[in-house]
Amino acid sequence: MEIIDFLSYGFIQRALITGFFIALLCSCLGFFLVLRRLSLIGDGLAHVTFGSVAVALFLKTFALYVSIPLVMISALGILRLIEKAKLHGDAAIGIVSSLGIAMGIFLASLAGGFNIDLFSYLFGNILAISQEEMVFSILLSGVVLLLVVFFYHDLLSTTFDEESAKTAGIKTRQINMILFLLTAVTVVLTMKAVGILLTSALLILPAVTSLQISKGFKASLLFSSLVGVLSVIGGIFISFGLNLPTGATIVLFNFCIFMAVFVWRRRHDRKRRFL
Amino acid sequence: MSVNPVRNSNNVLNPAGIIIESNPVAEQGGIISNGVSVVSVRNLSFQYNSEEVLADVSFEIGKGDYVGLVGPNGSGKTTLIRNLFGLLRPSAGTVSLFGRSLLEFHEWHKVGYLSQKFMASYHHFPATVKEVVSMGLLSTKRFPKRMGSPDDAAVEKALARMDILDLKSRLIYELSGGQQQRVFIARTIVNEPELLILDEPTAAIDPETRERFFNILRDLHHQNQTTIILVTHDIGSVGTYASKMMYVDKRVIFYGTFEAFCQSVEMTSLFGSLSQHLICHRHG
Repeated sequence: MEIIDFLSYGFIQRALITGFFIALLCSCLGFFLVLRRLSLIGDGLAHVTFGSVAVALFLKTFALYVSIPLVMISALGILRLIEKAKLHGDAAIGIVSSLGIAMGIFLASLAGGFNIDLFSYLFGNILAISQEEMVFSILLSGVVLLLVVFFYHDLLSTTFDEESAKTAGIKTRQINMILFLLTAVTVVLTMKAVGILLTSALLILPAVTSLQISKGFKASLLFSSLVGVLSVIGGIFISFGLNLPTGATIVLFNFCIFMAVFVWRRRHDRKRRFL
Repeated sequence: MSVNPVRNSNNVLNPAGIIIESNPVAEQGGIISNGVSVVSVRNLSFQYNSEEVLADVSFEIGKGDYVGLVGPNGSGKTTLIRNLFGLLRPSAGTVSLFGRSLLEFHEWHKVGYLSQKFMASYHHFPATVKEVVSMGLLSTKRFPKRMGSPDDAAVEKALARMDILDLKSRLIYELSGGQQQRVFIARTIVNEPELLILDEPTAAIDPETRERFFNILRDLHHQNQTTIILVTHDIGSVGTYASKMMYVDKRVIFYGTFEAFCQSVEMTSLFGSLSQHLICHRHG
């Protein structure tokens, strides 16, 4: 099939546009999360998303309308547990994550068992994104990216050293809240693209790939975004061309990029050591 | 210079078992050489898990004071410093900076703080030296914070002062402990703050860099009348530069001018005559 034919399909256009924005979002926020050792927050919030989708299906409403507020509340719950209950991030994420899954199973059971809709969210399908979901994703992505740009220096400083950031007058509590809330929105938007089970991969893989060849914070953040976008767009093309499941292909392609960069860096380091 | 030491009002048993008697001057709460209060602490107490770390601490530090804060390990020096910034919430008492209580204080650009940090904290953090030092300028910015060429010039000046301009583009985690510490000192002084609080700043650096660092502090103190609080175990260096000394061991056991510190029999009992000589014999 010609590439022009391929791009003429409406569902492909929607998948590429939505994928582009989601990839930018995930790689950008994931970079801050990985450096703050909160990589698994994506996984935890994705589990809450599962529960929230079950609520939406139970109430017979549009999933995003229910998921976004519920996952945002859960993100703040994780932050609260870290700050007030003095839990480590992984323990707080674990608690909220299990709660989300339990809620999903509980509601699915009340509704008469799991149904196909709920499973479709587990694995996602970016090729099935509707016009409404695409517009919603673009608008929210725009808001999230603008906030990251506006708060870039505060996010960087808080990520590097929260205590020093506080003494520089940065309202680190608010910055943490912004980061957690933006992550919640991003996770919900990502579930349709790669599915709840693979969401955290889009947050983690571009960031860790970029960290292999870091040349400074801004440069690494931009490289992370590039890797994220390349993985999603490349994954869509490969999956369609080879008739493979899109979400899994995106993640596997992303992992291949990570491995390629990792091997290149190791060889580069070894060469430099011998010179 | 008048000698006016201040001690905590309660009798204190020091680690060596010597009782230092209370001093009525302590009731005044502190000394200020020039009448302008930069740091004011009133009856501050702090408990951690019901264990008393600081008890009824009161003192004032005036503009242009250079205070050496000393005390044994676990005496509450760092806790006291963290309370000054609101990083910890006191169980009782108040802290004011530049005449405003911490709750109302927003002029953070006037304050520079260098905390105790370990190299491992920055393991694989991909920021360059320039990016790290630029963070010291954020307190001078308003939303949306942007960096321009005057900021670049300020960063380069701070790096040059610490003699690490050539490291500008290097990643922070690639540097040795001593080099990292110089970067953090550059970050602390980049906006030329009016109050500089340094918690063990010379712990990881070589003698030559330490000398350079203390000279920079001296210049800031003399030229800009910067108020400095230096927490240190480097008693030889603090003696060379500090105008006042504070000895903390859960309470303020001694706070007074450098001369009073050197003449204090109680401090001789606490430090031993050799250590006191090291502090008081100004080699500079």
